[in-house]
Amino acid sequence: MNADLLWRYLPSLVSGFGVTVFCWSVGGAFGLILGFAIALARRLPFPPLRWALRAFVEIFRGTPFLVQLFLLYAGGPYIGLRLGATAAGVAGLALYSSAYFAEIFRAGFGAVPAGQIEAAISVGMAPFDILARVALPAALIAAVPSIVNMLIILSKETVVLSIITVPELMYQVQTMAAETFTAFDAIFAMAAFYWLLVECVSRLGARVEKRVTAFLAHDGARG
Amino acid sequence: MKPDVILNSFGYLAEAAGVTIAVSFAGIVIGFAIGGLVCAARVSPRVWLRRIGAIYVSLFRGVPLLVQLLFIYYFLAEFGLDVPAIVAAVGGLALSSAAYQGEILRGALNAVPRGQSEAAIALGFAGADVWRRILLPQALRISIPPLINEFILLIKASSLVSVVGIAELTRVSMNIASLTYRPLEAYVGGGLFYLAINLILAGFGAMAERRLAIGGGR
Repeated sequence: MNADLLWRYLPSLVSGFGVTVFCWSVGGAFGLILGFAIALARRLPFPPLRWALRAFVEIFRGTPFLVQLFLLYAGGPYIGLRLGATAAGVAGLALYSSAYFAEIFRAGFGAVPAGQIEAAISVGMAPFDILARVALPAALIAAVPSIVNMLIILSKETVVLSIITVPELMYQVQTMAAETFTAFDAIFAMAAFYWLLVECVSRLGARVEKRVTAFLAHDGARG
Repeated sequence: MKPDVILNSFGYLAEAAGVTIAVSFAGIVIGFAIGGLVCAARVSPRVWLRRIGAIYVSLFRGVPLLVQLLFIYYFLAEFGLDVPAIVAAVGGLALSSAAYQGEILRGALNAVPRGQSEAAIALGFAGADVWRRILLPQALRISIPPLINEFILLIKASSLVSVVGIAELTRVSMNIASLTYRPLEAYVGGGLFYLAINLILAGFGAMAERRLAIGGGR
């Protein structure tokens, strides 16, 4: 363990961590929005759209993220899609995670008791209000732990971006290891940064969960 | 692109896919069992059990799977606990997956309407029967899509068990790439096997959802 070396490389590691957090948060946010839209669209009574979205989910969920990223970054220019490394990385993370988020939201909506929707319709709520005030809050109870799971997995997937030269944490760590021949110190630094990120996400997730389940009383009656 | 490279090595890839399926399946099943226990601990009325569950999840979800596998295989050997490679691989996958599966199950359990367990108690169900006949079946139905997500992620993560010396699909693809000098074909071949495994798994998930769906449509 060489504290001196870590100190010298700290600025590049911190900037790499910043890029990691940026790519992860923007990609994850767009993935959540896209996944939510897919889950909603899959409920529309229009079979061709449902089949197309099902195929989208199966393909993006069933193939490795690395392959998707390569196709987007290296194959994109062939169809006129020229993205910078970071833009391709963020877009790749968003597309990849949206497939998983779509399934999580679909399961969440599936868990909303039918009686609640029927009650909302019978008291004359508008469709948008039913979605925003009845279905979504109830769906989030089942969805939030899975969303936190997926966000944590996604934060670990960002290391793949180093392969298309996005200067994120893994990229900086590899540079440091190559320049100083200290693989152990570099990887230790990386583990510490990732642990920090995952711990923050878990804490944040626990708070969000407390908020969305606030109306469930948690004493007794459960078994 | 030379497809005959894939065709020539089809036998090796198929055999490696069998290893990937076996290791992942064992990891999924054992992980589900442990995940159920983690979930039970996290919703338990006892504070110390809840705390143990929370520590388990934070530990096994926060530490990368690669580190967990290396720890089980190499570090435990330092203390004279010689873990065979296959046990380390399945154990690592199962322990890490259990943390994710436990959280999925806990979310689903929270989503079962409270009236269900209250009604069961009012009807005189015993405590264990409330769980077995009312809560678990409904929670399981809600959790199928995110569980399938997790199983697919586990199958892709199983490529990491090659670090403890198991020749699974990714490792064999790498070997074929270095033997034939055709990396693109080798990895496309391996990737197609992963896609096939995941599509079959997703198909089973859709089937299970249909079987367990509430009658009468919605």
